[in-house]
Amino acid sequence: MLEETLVLFKNVRQPGYSGDLASYQSSGGYSALKKALKMKPEEIVNTVKESNLRGRGGAGFPTGLKWSFMAKGTGKPSYLVINADEGEPGTFKDREIMLKEPHMFLEGYMIGCYAIGCHHGYIYVRGEFVPAMQRLQEAIDECYQSGLLGDKIAGSDFKLDITLHPGAGAYICGEETALLDSLEGRRGQPRTKPPFPAVAGFNGCPTSVNNVETLMNVPSIINDGAEAFKELGPPNNAGTHLVSLSGHVNNPGVYELKMGVNLKDIIYDIGGGILGGKELKGVIPGGSSTPVLRPDEIDIPYDFDSLAKAKSMMGSSAIIVFNEDTDVVKFLYRIVKFYNHESCGQCTPCREGTNWSRLMLRQFVQQQGTPQQLKRLYRVGGNMMGTTLCPLGDACAMPLRAFLEKYPEEFQAHFAEAS
Amino acid sequence: MFSPEGQKKAEHILSRYPIKMNALLPILHLAQRENKGYLTPEWLEHVAEVCEVPATHVEGVATFYTMFKFRPLGKYHLQICTNIACGLCGGEKILEHVEQRLDLHAGHTREDGQFSIEEVECLGACGYGPVMIVNEEYHERLTVEATDKIIDELEKNTKELPEKILPLDRPLTA
Repeated sequence: MLEETLVLFKNVRQPGYSGDLASYQSSGGYSALKKALKMKPEEIVNTVKESNLRGRGGAGFPTGLKWSFMAKGTGKPSYLVINADEGEPGTFKDREIMLKEPHMFLEGYMIGCYAIGCHHGYIYVRGEFVPAMQRLQEAIDECYQSGLLGDKIAGSDFKLDITLHPGAGAYICGEETALLDSLEGRRGQPRTKPPFPAVAGFNGCPTSVNNVETLMNVPSIINDGAEAFKELGPPNNAGTHLVSLSGHVNNPGVYELKMGVNLKDIIYDIGGGILGGKELKGVIPGGSSTPVLRPDEIDIPYDFDSLAKAKSMMGSSAIIVFNEDTDVVKFLYRIVKFYNHESCGQCTPCREGTNWSRLMLRQFVQQQGTPQQLKRLYRVGGNMMGTTLCPLGDACAMPLRAFLEKYPEEFQAHFAEAS
Repeated sequence: MFSPEGQKKAEHILSRYPIKMNALLPILHLAQRENKGYLTPEWLEHVAEVCEVPATHVEGVATFYTMFKFRPLGKYHLQICTNIACGLCGGEKILEHVEQRLDLHAGHTREDGQFSIEEVECLGACGYGPVMIVNEEYHERLTVEATDKIIDELEKNTKELPEKILPLDRPLTA
């Protein structure tokens, strides 16, 4: 029987834990910050690099490496910006962190700021998360009151301010360069890269953008060392991660699991099996943009590399389960409609491709599909892959093509009778 | 155009950023709140002065984001998610039910100004679907009955809603 491995949520799972500063400190909180402030910044970057911590926002880029890319000696301030614009359908772990354990994230964030020399951090939270923002702001206020933030943090000579920045409802701002544009006070549209944010990010200064959960891992890495962290998962996929489980399972929710546990076990042991005792029809393993897996493909380890081997992605660790009653065509239509709605309109393949895919799929939903239309739909998906500035085009095309490949019979059932 | 208190909040927000333009989104949120939930051309111009950017820039930015509104919303703004996970759990049924019950289509505001319904994309609470946000409060794992109960309370004006405060509006203690 698969069970949770508690590192990030070790406090959250304690009954009666409030998540305020006093309760976090009484469980040993902010000891890693004090330890880190006695280390050299480069030592911290190296420790995080050695730990093999990979970003939890979707791409899985090594965090220490990202920090080490930061341009040095430019004479400009450096920034560490937090991406809390959680919007990938299926993902709801960062909201859970901000509501239940804001201080562990803040501690990791402060250590990160010290490591790369950032004196003013910005947390970009999606605009709809008002309760989560209030909770996080309370935690930040507590830190200011107790001297953990301000001119001399935790009794050191390091100055650090943190500001919460509300987004305003645009999925695309989860893409890091769109997020930086939005933070600067512009429309959130992805930039051409290079230059990468590590060279020219927020206001043209060296910037690193990290996910909330990624930084929440840093306190335990500093306290227990890189080796202990690496042991919590297969090689190159270190640590635990927060898995968002949703859809047709008996126990949906956020669970902390070791990397590399079996995907099937997550659904049947942790998730308690399929809702209403129905048959499983498919699993989207990493948020709505990742290619779907059929029931016979889910007996695999759940980590970055194993999912890539199965021609899908772990993305933001968001598992969406759907049962035999699901109309796959309608389901895909809803996914594509989302990406169509959220396309920023900058690149033609994405702006036009998401729209035409949606319109063609609507014909199938209305039982008006044709074999030619099916081929065209597949081709339009291919034309979006890799042809846009940011991955939103891919995010629409990947599920589109995967559903067409893996459930052809469902689409054929939606052909107009005449054809 | 900001009230004296709003002006103070705006100044506090501006003080948190290296360039005034950076504060554009939070200032727009603040302006929208001061004007009962929507922005007008006059407010956009005012925000442009506060953030020292051209008014056309402010308009371009404000119209990009879905949370900025340009006409009054109802007293209760119901945002119902029908996206992937909520959709699997019956989000569309909840939306249809609310539309029927309030005799109002999604995307519209009732003439008496009490209700607006909006069909929205993922609200980031996928494990607890179907989800509806009333003004800014999340309601999760909705059933038709639970939704009816919420609307009953709203119609009778007996529902207590949390005060609309964005964290940045509040001065820091430090």
